[in-house]
Amino acid sequence: MSNEQIKNLEEIFEARIARDEKIEPKDWMPEKYRKTHIRQMSQHAHSEIVGMLPEGNWITRAPSLRRKAALLAKVQDEAGHGLYIYSACETLGISRDELYEQLHSGKAKYSSIFNYPTVTWADMGAIGWLVDGAAIINQVPLCNTSFGPYARAMVRVCKEESFHQRQGFEIMLKLCNGTPEQKEMAQDALNRWWWPSLMMLGPTDAESIHTEQSMKWKLKRKSNDELRQQFIDQTVPQADILGLTIPDLDLKFNEKTGSYDFGEIDWDEFWQVVKGHGPSNKKRMKDRVGAWERGAWVRDAAMAYAEKQEDKKELKKVS
Amino acid sequence: MKHTHLYNYILGIADNSLILAQRLGELCGHGPTLETDIAGTNISLDLIGQARNYYQYAAKIKGEGKTEDGIAFLRLERDYKNVLLVEQPNEHFGYVMGRQYLFDVFHLLFMNQLLNSTDETLAAIAKKGIKEVSYHKRFSGDWVKRLGDGTQESNQKMQEAIDELWVYTDELFDQTEADKAMISEGIGIDTSKFKEVYYTEVSALLKEATLEVPERKYFIKGGKKGTHSEHMGYILAEMQYMQRTYPNMEW
Amino acid sequence: MIQDFLVLCLESYSVAVLIQTHIHMSKNWPLWEIFVRSKNGLEHRHFGSLHAADAEMALENARDVYTRRSEGVSIWVVESKNITASNPEHNGELFEPAQDKVYRHPTFYDLPDDVKHM
Repeated sequence: MSNEQIKNLEEIFEARIARDEKIEPKDWMPEKYRKTHIRQMSQHAHSEIVGMLPEGNWITRAPSLRRKAALLAKVQDEAGHGLYIYSACETLGISRDELYEQLHSGKAKYSSIFNYPTVTWADMGAIGWLVDGAAIINQVPLCNTSFGPYARAMVRVCKEESFHQRQGFEIMLKLCNGTPEQKEMAQDALNRWWWPSLMMLGPTDAESIHTEQSMKWKLKRKSNDELRQQFIDQTVPQADILGLTIPDLDLKFNEKTGSYDFGEIDWDEFWQVVKGHGPSNKKRMKDRVGAWERGAWVRDAAMAYAEKQEDKKELKKVS
Repeated sequence: MKHTHLYNYILGIADNSLILAQRLGELCGHGPTLETDIAGTNISLDLIGQARNYYQYAAKIKGEGKTEDGIAFLRLERDYKNVLLVEQPNEHFGYVMGRQYLFDVFHLLFMNQLLNSTDETLAAIAKKGIKEVSYHKRFSGDWVKRLGDGTQESNQKMQEAIDELWVYTDELFDQTEADKAMISEGIGIDTSKFKEVYYTEVSALLKEATLEVPERKYFIKGGKKGTHSEHMGYILAEMQYMQRTYPNMEW
Repeated sequence: MIQDFLVLCLESYSVAVLIQTHIHMSKNWPLWEIFVRSKNGLEHRHFGSLHAADAEMALENARDVYTRRSEGVSIWVVESKNITASNPEHNGELFEPAQDKVYRHPTFYDLPDDVKHM
């Protein structure tokens, strides 16, 4: 195909997206579109399954049976969401095993927030409230993204996730209405998770390399900074209801903009964690890789068994 | 006296579900595939749901301001009445599925009888639980077959798990004082009636899975009477951590 | 254009094979497409996909993955490789000829307003 022809196809392709038409896996698409989607979807799926670990850390220690069940169901949902998004990604001709390989080798990224340790029960509350809160802001617009399988997966994810943030907020509320010790636990969790949650919405617009293209393909509807502002504006009043203090001395409501002004984010910390040097990066990868490697004989056995059963069926047919 | 026996009888059933759920909960995120993580979590959630129903009932019988969580979390190790089988560790996926299957076959037979209990609450819990447990047995049985009749390596691993777990199966049928009292009331289940059915069913599946059925000769028991394995202390240390560290708080 | 698409598929496929055989010499669980009937009276609808070693496992996994919130009363599983899909390159010849057959639709026919029940 000549460059001219490709350019022509690309124009038609971009026009389809601009008209809000969906792109399906077997449609012609520019190579960059395919690669960008594999990258973003796999990062998203990796974040879901690595995200199981910090919360999974508290399943066995949940303080009541009701909380234990809710947390289990939430972590299970994250496995499900990872699965939906991996499946959507696989329609682009890459297998889940390859995607795992990228994750395990450190080639693929996942959300930096999951590289922080969960050290108290209140962290289950803070993660649900803040991290899922930030995730929802990111994910809702993706229900209308241009790539059909991704958009469909996100519709399911968003529907199921609606309980996650409530679950977290309820944990916080209970702590804040409890003993001074419990309230302190909640405040401590907010102190530790607030800034990483803001970072989770991505680098500032000035430093974000993918934004413009992603906007065109509807992988993004708002810039990182807009999303961050939206998150802060909706979260601060919730902290007030809890009676907790956001750990930012510069946080102030701006009458003119109708939004909150906030302090400087420590981007050095962000990049350190993204580059693999956060408090829990090594542990998260060790857990993922370990689970995968320990499971190899199980997966092999299941395939061997399936093949034997097929052979038996064939034999029956012949005889 | 009747109430004490009933209370203890309920705990005997509930603790099995709780401790097994706790073991399965350790695995979430660490299994061989995403699909098995999701399935294992479902089983754990079913068991927690059952345990909650039992503990809520036990709390009602006991009165004295007892709560579901108070009973589940705040007993001494010697007062937990689960069988040794369910507290065995997740050595590898073969152990997890083997432990599950050896328990599930018993659990389903038990539930099927509990349906006829003269105690309406227990019968109602059984009615709901039977569907869940039927699925657990199907799931774990399928996996025992896959691992047994999979590769040479998986066959060895599955055999090793069955051999080690086998010694705990007899205790499933052990009858405590509370069991005997409840059986005579028509509330409890006489497990001896389906002991042979259990071993016949389990043996048939193991054979189908090309595994050797261990001898029924040496067995270990104690959990039902509160004498647990060394694993139990660690399970409780983790499970009770919050309740013990922050007493009398709500979560 | 079709050739390009095929080359692309083949390339990514062979890369996939290379990587997979490199990691460890085992076969990966195949992909299955999952169809769920939400309630009797409705058709089975495509819900998504998942991996499983065999059909039985695909059914069990589908039950756990796609019907956790009582979304279904019946499940079909089909191994993805057994699905034959039309090629979007042929969309013109396959689907456009139907567009001008307006006489297949009731609105094509003029009737006086006072004719009822038709």
